[in-house]
Amino acid sequence: MTKPVLTINNLQASIEDKEILKGVTLEVKGGEIHAIMGPNGTGKSTLSQVIMGHPKYEVTGGEIFMNGEDVLEMEVDERAKAGLFLAMQYPSEIPGVTNSDFLRMAKRAKLTEENKRLSISAFVKDLNQKIDDLKMQKDMANRYLNEGFSGGEKKRNEILQLLMLEPQIAILDEIDSGLDVDALKVVGDAINSMRKPDFGCLIITHYQRVLDYIKPDFVHVMMHGRIVKSGDIELMKKIDQEGYDWIKI
Amino acid sequence: MEHEEEMNAVPVDYKYGFITEHKTLKDTGKGLSEDVIREISKEKGEPEWMLDFRLKAYEQFVKMSMPTWGPDLKSEVDFDAYTYYIKPSERTENSWDDVPDSIKETFEKLGIPEAEAKYLNGVSTQYESEVVYHNNQKELEDAGVIFLDTDSALKQHPELLREYFGKVIPYADNKFAALNSAVWSGGSFIYVPKGVKLSKPLQSYFRINTESMGQFERTLIIVDEDADVHYIEGCTAPVYSTNSLHSAVVEIIIKKDGKCRYTTIQNWSNNILNLVTKRALCEGEGSHMEWIDGNIGSKITMKYPACILKGDRSKGTTISIAFAGKGQTQNAGAKMIHLGKNTSSSIISKSLSRHGGNVTYLGLVDHGKNATGSKTNIECDTIILDEMSKSDTIPYNVTRNGDITVQHEAKVSKVSEEQLFYLMSRGLSEEQATEMIIMGFIEPFARELPMEYAVELNQLLKLEMEGSIG
Repeated sequence: MTKPVLTINNLQASIEDKEILKGVTLEVKGGEIHAIMGPNGTGKSTLSQVIMGHPKYEVTGGEIFMNGEDVLEMEVDERAKAGLFLAMQYPSEIPGVTNSDFLRMAKRAKLTEENKRLSISAFVKDLNQKIDDLKMQKDMANRYLNEGFSGGEKKRNEILQLLMLEPQIAILDEIDSGLDVDALKVVGDAINSMRKPDFGCLIITHYQRVLDYIKPDFVHVMMHGRIVKSGDIELMKKIDQEGYDWIKI
Repeated sequence: MEHEEEMNAVPVDYKYGFITEHKTLKDTGKGLSEDVIREISKEKGEPEWMLDFRLKAYEQFVKMSMPTWGPDLKSEVDFDAYTYYIKPSERTENSWDDVPDSIKETFEKLGIPEAEAKYLNGVSTQYESEVVYHNNQKELEDAGVIFLDTDSALKQHPELLREYFGKVIPYADNKFAALNSAVWSGGSFIYVPKGVKLSKPLQSYFRINTESMGQFERTLIIVDEDADVHYIEGCTAPVYSTNSLHSAVVEIIIKKDGKCRYTTIQNWSNNILNLVTKRALCEGEGSHMEWIDGNIGSKITMKYPACILKGDRSKGTTISIAFAGKGQTQNAGAKMIHLGKNTSSSIISKSLSRHGGNVTYLGLVDHGKNATGSKTNIECDTIILDEMSKSDTIPYNVTRNGDITVQHEAKVSKVSEEQLFYLMSRGLSEEQATEMIIMGFIEPFARELPMEYAVELNQLLKLEMEGSIG
């Protein structure tokens, strides 16, 4: 299998005529874990939402490719089918729809025409195993999607979906907010278990603490709508000690 | 001839047969008069008191004006344009060719066999469920349960009818109740004796009789002390009728610690005016009434299932959905009249409108002066699916004593961009995502239905959402 690759070239995007992304360039390949750090309000979450195709943003320039295919031409669901996944900062609540029904439908939507079958018993077994791995409550499969979940439960549920749907490239937007140390470790273990040549990951965070559990291969600093500095884990350590002020734009 | 053959197919020991006396009267022609009513009563061979009841009701009907709330019926209803009585045997001569293609398509999409579809549309009276029905009937007889069409019940149990008929909903209640009282035909009569708890629902669907789908059904259910029954009226499949006025009356009486659940999924074709009066009297202490009421079809529906909570500690529940699409008005709601002490009621109403549909929740909760310690919980949720559609919530609360609790929550929402984005980001198409949100929205209703009905309802709403039904 060829390694997946997400390529972003000089991406510009705005919301209500306000420019947020001012030319972002980045490449994430299978087997790599990237972290984007930066102060609040610099466009990190916007980047993740634009990659996934949130309708409230307008792309004003640049390109996104997934395995060479033009992502900006795709509907949101087509992006998911192309192998992208976004673990959201604020997952929506869908009352009346169980986690299990939702995941089964999502999983089925991603199956190719030749491979339309989804064994229900295998699915249920797999789901229960992963709920267990993530140390989630047993009844999680039958609860309504995110309804009445605590902040931490919602985040774990995003990771559960990630594990179940097995995307090629995952973007985790502020996955650490609302998680205590134990939960961070569980989530970290889950992401580490997915580290394979056919899976790439982009972690967006403004704290470095999640990166104590998931060691990134590449660290980028985003400020004012651009990636202003890239490096390895040493860059993260320096930011941890000195903050962002030393970085000249 | 064919019709007679069908009749003969019914097992010989079949006790409560069809009304098969063949007379020359086919229908009473268009319009209504005292003579028409005398004709109906005579045709049915009714006792004198029923004729009197019908005539008094007719007199009242003429005097009363149209309801002052809800949609404008004056421009919709022309009482002279309807036929008020059609002999059941004549009704079966509806032709399958007359059933609109859109409805036939829906049956196909729902996977309902043509034989069943024909039965449901009154094209044939026969359906393979005979055996199921017959076995069920035996079980009921052994338990002393009476389950008949109301016309047969009037012949076989005149004393019960005389005692209870028209007691919960007097003919003077409203213009359409008066009309029904004057010209009623068919409907179900159920009596559940003391202590009998039926594990399986009774379904009008299996009560093979052309009159079950009539225009002016009259249903009467009596639940004796400590008895329990679930009755299911109609079905999710669309029902086509060439007679466009449907006005039913449903009366229910529940004695001490008895329980009744009445499930309806109304899916009349969209030429029908569906004006229904439904009321349960929770007479005994600790009695419990549940209305599970779904309104999907019809041109105009006006329906407000009511519970009169007379017995102390009695309980009333209404869980309803209403779906209004193009050209449809759903004016539905609930009434809870608290008379006894420590009575409680709960109303959950879910409505959806799209393609210019108009859906209104209209409800009344009345806590009487003796209803101390009583409580009510009301939840009204609406989803409006586009800019052209409308929704209203009109709750009336009347309080006549200081010792009660009423909670009311009302929410109007749209299918949000965030929800769609979330579901689509997992690979669901926009259509699948919308459908999933809608199914979730009506889930509190759907989960109250028997499995096969819930599945059919889901399929049906999916079809409605696709906009593939005319």
